[in-house]
Amino acid sequence: MRLEPVAAPGLARTLGLPALALAGTFVVGALLVLAAGADPFATFGLIVQGAAGSKFAALETLNRATPLIFTGLAIAVAFRAKLWNIGAEAQLYAGALATVVLGTSALGLPPALMWPAMAGAAVIAGGLVLLGPVLLKVRLGVDEVVTTLLFNFIMLLFVSMLLEGPLKDPMGMGWPKSEALPRDYRLPRLVEGLRLHWGFALALIAAVVVWLIETRTTLGYEIRAVGQNARAARFAGIPVNRVLVKTALLSGGLAALAGFSEVSGLKGNLTQDLSPGFGYTGIIVAMLALLHPLGVVVSALFVAGIFVGADSMSRAAGVPSYIADILLATALLAMVLAILLTRFRVVRG
Amino acid sequence: MTEIVEILLSASFWAAVVRIASPLIFATLGELICERAGVLNLGIEGIMVAGAFAGWMAVYSGTGLWTGVAVAMGAGMLFGLLHATLTVPFGLSQHVVGLGITLLATSATYYAYRLALPEVTSPPRIEPFQPWEVPLLSDIPLIGPALFAQTPLTYLAFVLTAVVALVLTRTPLGLALRAAGENPAAVEAQGLSVTGLRMGAVMVGSGLMAVGGAFLTMSAFSSFFFEMVNGRGWICIALVVFGAWKPGKAVLGALLFAAFDALQVRLQQTPLGADIPYQLFLMTPYVLSILALVLMSRRAAVPAALMVPYNRGTR
Repeated sequence: MRLEPVAAPGLARTLGLPALALAGTFVVGALLVLAAGADPFATFGLIVQGAAGSKFAALETLNRATPLIFTGLAIAVAFRAKLWNIGAEAQLYAGALATVVLGTSALGLPPALMWPAMAGAAVIAGGLVLLGPVLLKVRLGVDEVVTTLLFNFIMLLFVSMLLEGPLKDPMGMGWPKSEALPRDYRLPRLVEGLRLHWGFALALIAAVVVWLIETRTTLGYEIRAVGQNARAARFAGIPVNRVLVKTALLSGGLAALAGFSEVSGLKGNLTQDLSPGFGYTGIIVAMLALLHPLGVVVSALFVAGIFVGADSMSRAAGVPSYIADILLATALLAMVLAILLTRFRVVRG
Repeated sequence: MTEIVEILLSASFWAAVVRIASPLIFATLGELICERAGVLNLGIEGIMVAGAFAGWMAVYSGTGLWTGVAVAMGAGMLFGLLHATLTVPFGLSQHVVGLGITLLATSATYYAYRLALPEVTSPPRIEPFQPWEVPLLSDIPLIGPALFAQTPLTYLAFVLTAVVALVLTRTPLGLALRAAGENPAAVEAQGLSVTGLRMGAVMVGSGLMAVGGAFLTMSAFSSFFFEMVNGRGWICIALVVFGAWKPGKAVLGALLFAAFDALQVRLQQTPLGADIPYQLFLMTPYVLSILALVLMSRRAAVPAALMVPYNRGTR
């Protein structure tokens, strides 16, 4: 078999194939539920109910989507430039560290100054964490996939070291956790009485800003050019390495904001399990959104809904909640294949 | 310093080096085969998890140990088939597909574990591979226990290294495989199928990765734990680069790496280790992998068509 470009793909092709990919994902999910001895329709019903069936459930989904929007944007921006940042997890923790160090320090800033200071420090920390692998890539040609992946492990151990050392909460009863931020420095709730903090609004703003950068600025144009063909971009006079470094700072900074938002908006302190893999899930969020910054918001809500729904379903129906990860991995693989087939057709011979 | 010398002179240290290197050797050879044929396989981490579980589960349900190894290999080849189908004939991004396979294999494994053992708090143990002591040779001081008192899977890892090296450099199949990774159009001109070669390489390579995972549950720990692979797959990708895509050098790299790993574990127990946070010791494997990548960065041994999809009829 080989692939042949489709000159003018019709609407049936461009919409039908992705729909088919999603349908296929749910067939896989249904088979897995059957293997667990449960009823697929009831189980999927419980997932939807657990994700959006009540005010509490919906708010939980929005809260879970918040860090995923940030990490999804981080990945989307980087992948657009074909910069394979698989280290959003490390950058997230760098942001969380910066937030906690500043927020629990004796600076005594008023909250209105402290919030931007913490966010800014997080962005810088996250950007620096990604800068290392990217400099190794542009200077020495070291593949950034492996280095960013390995940095995730190093950063988690570093956080664990600090949480058992200088950052340890003396009142923590021996648990490795940091001191909590003072109440004033926590991000306030968006609406009084609803468990949803300003981090969510910040995530939406970030999505719009990234979209504006990508569509309305020279940097956005350069990022796309480098991603499509780095050699041609260099030939056209685009400073490829400088664009990659800027992309790294942007991407690392966005991932770090997830850490800032989780610490200052939701948890209040830093623990080793602050992120259940938001950095890795961000890759799925970004790919399902086809790397579109505004699409990231939608796909983060979808992905968060599946996770929150599966957690609640698992408690009720006894199907392991890992089904959420399987569904998302299947959706990712099915979707990239479907998108390819909207542009190419398979020919025999 | 005296602590380090003492460790280096103990036989148990060298035995540990070879033991720690064994799973890495299987998985590194697997990744190397994929990459020599032109396919980067980032599914390695998840495939190792799947192999660790599949082999262990098979033995736990009553099969023999070698059947367990075969089951692990089969599980790895299945994920390899999925990876190869998406990346070779369809030419999808090897980065995205590989990470997707890692996620899929890992979560499917955890799901299967929960289904198979819903009630357990600690995973059951199996009777793992026992060391085969070679008479006389295993009595040699220092290197005897390291080289001649290991489990059969470890011996297999070294035999396999030689086999892979010979097949790659001395057989028509190896030549075709390497050409598929360097100059696929030339392979096609010879009347061979690039798609077939690459898919075969990815499947066999993935099978070996899974055996590497199975080593952990069937030879090293005798139980399956979540997170037990713990980045070993990513380290193997670094080892392939470090070994300049050559089986012998990659295995030397794995041994060197294992030596550092065994050393850090032992240094933690010394008075020197008591003053240093243990996390710094645990970081060393990952830091070393990055250092290895940096050291080897100037060498241009990377297969020319690595990560370049081949679509017949286009140029």
